[in-house]
Amino acid sequence: MLNQTRPAVVSMLLFTLLLGGVYPAVVTGAGGLLFPAQAEGSLLRDDAGRVVGSRLIGQVTTTPEYLWPRPSAAGDGYNAAGSSGSNLGPLNPALAERVTADADAIRAYAPDGAIPSDAVTTSGSGLDPEISPEFAALQVDRIAEARRIAADEVRAVIAENTEQPLLGFIGQPRVNVLLTNVALDRLHPVAAAE
Amino acid sequence: MNWQGWAEIALTLGLALALGWPLGIFMSRVWNGETTWLDPVVKPVERAFYAASGVDPRKSQTWLGYGASLIAFNLAGFLLLYAMLRMQGVLPLNPQGFSGVSPDLAFNTAVSFVTNTNWQSYGGETTMSHFTQMVGLTVQNFVSAATGAAIAAALARAFAGNRLIGIGNFWADLIRTTLYVLLPLSIVLAIALMGMGVVQSLQASVTATTLEGASQTISVAPTASQLAIKQLGINGGGIFNANSAHPFENPTPLSNLVTAVAINVLGWAAFFAFGRTAIARKDIRALATAAIVILAAGAAIIYVSEAQPAPALVAAGIENPVNMEGKETRFGLASSAAWAAQTTGASNGSVNGMLDSFSPLGGGMTMLLMMLGEILPGGVGSGIAIMVVMAVLAVFVAGLMVGRTPEYLGKKIEAREIQFAMVALLIVPLSTLGWAALTVAVPGGLASLFNPGAHGLSELLYAFTSATANNGSAFGGISANVPWWNGALGMAMLMGRFVPIVAVLAIAGSIAAKPKLAPSAGTLPTSGTLFVGLLIGIIIILGALQYFPALALGPVVEHFQVLEALAK
Repeated sequence: MLNQTRPAVVSMLLFTLLLGGVYPAVVTGAGGLLFPAQAEGSLLRDDAGRVVGSRLIGQVTTTPEYLWPRPSAAGDGYNAAGSSGSNLGPLNPALAERVTADADAIRAYAPDGAIPSDAVTTSGSGLDPEISPEFAALQVDRIAEARRIAADEVRAVIAENTEQPLLGFIGQPRVNVLLTNVALDRLHPVAAAE
Repeated sequence: MNWQGWAEIALTLGLALALGWPLGIFMSRVWNGETTWLDPVVKPVERAFYAASGVDPRKSQTWLGYGASLIAFNLAGFLLLYAMLRMQGVLPLNPQGFSGVSPDLAFNTAVSFVTNTNWQSYGGETTMSHFTQMVGLTVQNFVSAATGAAIAAALARAFAGNRLIGIGNFWADLIRTTLYVLLPLSIVLAIALMGMGVVQSLQASVTATTLEGASQTISVAPTASQLAIKQLGINGGGIFNANSAHPFENPTPLSNLVTAVAINVLGWAAFFAFGRTAIARKDIRALATAAIVILAAGAAIIYVSEAQPAPALVAAGIENPVNMEGKETRFGLASSAAWAAQTTGASNGSVNGMLDSFSPLGGGMTMLLMMLGEILPGGVGSGIAIMVVMAVLAVFVAGLMVGRTPEYLGKKIEAREIQFAMVALLIVPLSTLGWAALTVAVPGGLASLFNPGAHGLSELLYAFTSATANNGSAFGGISANVPWWNGALGMAMLMGRFVPIVAVLAIAGSIAAKPKLAPSAGTLPTSGTLFVGLLIGIIIILGALQYFPALALGPVVEHFQVLEALAK
């Protein structure tokens, strides 16, 4: 066993240097050079340069003027420093309770609409930046009313921020909530953050 | 369910298999010490490794020497990683100011990454510093995969050779696989993934002021570099707690497709590399056929299962109540189902949706795919190695039926091979069910479970299945970061990794020493449809029968409870 010690220790240290030092440094350098915006987290800034969020990370919106995201199990909701799913099993009573409460909350502003599955389920990360087009459609009238604009204007903004599956079949159609809300604010500024 | 979903599943599974073919030829060249087009760049680095380590790469080792080198290397890796985890608080690149990791978590995590399991009892962004992630965990992501590949290379040589004493040089297999295969592919993949939106940052976090004026702290990390090898090395441990469900680790359907393919591609490549190195391409193609048939069936069952009405959604009057709990909008059912099958059929363990919230049969299927032995296609090399052991068992069973001495790839299969094959295969249920049973019995063992009822048992069974199979995925509700669980899961990972490795090396040593026989009229053909069918039968019977009683108490009973709830 003794003659194994040198190769084991030396190669382990060399691997650590190469794979733990050089490799991540090369990737970090390449990221800074080629894809700086993505590497730092696809951040969105307002006109003053303040970071308002990341286009990849959902955030809580509760005022009626904004598109609302899915329920989230990350902390108190969209805690981007602690991603998490709910991990509730299909028969866990807590799941049925939560889903029913969320469905009732949606019916309060959209009494007649059919509620899609994603509207009342938490995502795997708890940070899902997107919702289904069906869930977005349910919220159109609420947003239009709160902003006192035509529903078609809201629909147009949502459509602009909707992505279709890649090549028509890879992934799902989806609406980016934060991008939609930023676009809505551009179009019709509301007194936010009061 | 729709045609788009089926097409996506077929594309993801098929693309990995197709790309595995050319990569496998390349991998075989690397194992055989042949020249490659990377030589001008990589050869000097390879030579430096040999010179500094005092290794003669041409010196073929006996199976005992090969095994001793492997154990010594893994032990050195374990000790280094354990020390790093314990001393995290005083090491650099720790902008979050995380303190050292507790002894039981450090043991569990070090074992986990050295054994290519990547079970995570912790949440990444709330526990591990950038230094630990990069310099500790990323390194093991590479070398644990290369360790698995080394086993396959040794076994392939044993079958190819005629009365050999040695089965190759462990250090050469380890170093060459890492430098020629894993590292170049990871660099390319990591850069491509950053282009798709994956984060690579050494900041602790970014603070945003949301549209409604709240403050949101967004954790960032050197993700792309670790993600690339996490998938290619079939490791599975995420930088973030949510793993590949996290938008920074898997931002788009394209990144999902690419990383899903990466889960399986080197597993398949190792199949084809084995075929080329062992000079048995047709026979190995039969093994790959059996594996892809079972994997595709698994993915289909998960997809169908997740598309069934979920009881909680039906009760709330949801339109089209498919099971989106724990799944991301951009992925939906099909991407999540394909991933779940791929990550458990390989010993990867990364997740793009939370398996704990899957339907009983969907979640149960992921468990079964692990129980089948992590051979669909399994880890880099470890998958094909165990698959060959399965094939050896299949020819043995067939030999018993017709009363002939069984042969596989021109080597007689005798008592010694079958004894070690049984050791390699039976340690898995012994460890899985043994540790699960002990955990049910110890005081406080069940306190870690999150969900009530049959699903709670599934969480427990899943944890020990995953640990023993060196998979690393979890029914994530479980709170495993307590001393008993960290210790028991760590032991399960060690048993599931090193007992089969030693057994496979022993088989390799025994096979290598035998004369290579030409096939005769009495030889069972091991490349046709008949053999594929026999092999699938052996795999399923072995997996299903050993675990059926345990599965019946978990996912199966829960499925009937779901049906009962829906009938109300």
